[in-house]
Amino acid sequence: MDFEDYYKTLGVARDASQDDIRKAYRKLARKFHPDINKDADAEARFKAVNEAHEVLKDPERRAAYDQLGAEPQGAGPFQPPPGWDSGFEFTGAGPQDNEGFSDFFETLFRRGATSHGDFNAGQGRDSHARITIDIEDSYRGATRVLHLRMPVVDRSGQVSLEDRKISVTIPKGIREGQHIRLKGQGGPAAGGGQAGDLFLEVSFAAHPTYHAEGEDLYVTLPVAPWEAALGGHVIMPTPGGKVDLRIPKNARSGQKLRLKGKGLPGRSPGDIFATLKIVNPDVSTDEARALFERMARELPFDPRAQMKG
Amino acid sequence: MKKATPETEILDTLTLEDLCRFCQADEAWVIELVDEGVLEPMGATVRRWRFEGVSIARAKRARRLNRDLGINTAGIAMVLDLLDEREAMIRRLSRYEGV
Repeated sequence: MDFEDYYKTLGVARDASQDDIRKAYRKLARKFHPDINKDADAEARFKAVNEAHEVLKDPERRAAYDQLGAEPQGAGPFQPPPGWDSGFEFTGAGPQDNEGFSDFFETLFRRGATSHGDFNAGQGRDSHARITIDIEDSYRGATRVLHLRMPVVDRSGQVSLEDRKISVTIPKGIREGQHIRLKGQGGPAAGGGQAGDLFLEVSFAAHPTYHAEGEDLYVTLPVAPWEAALGGHVIMPTPGGKVDLRIPKNARSGQKLRLKGKGLPGRSPGDIFATLKIVNPDVSTDEARALFERMARELPFDPRAQMKG
Repeated sequence: MKKATPETEILDTLTLEDLCRFCQADEAWVIELVDEGVLEPMGATVRRWRFEGVSIARAKRARRLNRDLGINTAGIAMVLDLLDEREAMIRRLSRYEGV
């Protein structure tokens, strides 16, 4: 297990007042809250900040943590000295949502206190996690293997982290932001009661050409200048297969075309909105150059006609 | 280590009671969010409310903002609106940057 420097995480000095710790925590919590900050590492940072605050906000825990000293220089895995926490009284509230903090926290600060909460009712607690899938998975349905680490409390109140691998069937037609329910895959219940459910919040991985909004899919469709000028049919690949799309004559760059019912599948399937983007071929041969030179000579076209000042 | 292939279903509609359990929140708080216009359930009376996908996701976000940052319902309503606006702008921006 690695030593966690909680003062460094919150960016405060080791002798910071409780008030400074609270302020630093609140500032960082706002900054890295995963609902507000979309950076890939925001969730991990937010969790680390919460973990640090969970220890440092409590004077007893903080004093026990300070006993451990600073990070051992050049040492390998961290081992707390025996009796490091004797004389300190703290109970082990942990993170919400059953997610689990670092090994360091779980080993040193998590005690059986949470067990009462987990075992009092006949039903186990629900668990929540996130899952990122590809847009194509919503079109076809898919199976993903999810790795979860959950703190598990046994009957004597001991807490350990359990690694779980769950294979998840992604239902066809799932939209971003929807939840998948896995019945009975949440926290276990005492005395043969019903286990809680596991809820997975779905988000789509960024895709270079598609993005989904609700049930609709947005695509940028590159077209050649002559396709845009002359109109006609083009074949467009979509996550649901190739579709035939009619380009109107004199189409503009940025023009939006709608393909009804070709968006995400489901009871009310979405549409595809294709935004045209005119792209020029590389002029690398004499023949291509000759064609463009002829257009330049013979087409009375001023693209800057609107710019006259 | 456990391995299992459990059954999955899309969570599409929840009653008020289900939503409270889902977000670990109490009814009064959810009703406040509806009053604030953050959640828009179907159904005429509180007992007949049905929360659908968008409202379920918003309720969960609202709960996290409340729990983690201590924001009240009026503040949550504004934060969620601003986040939606920001998301729309980021999307528009990425479209222009991609051209």
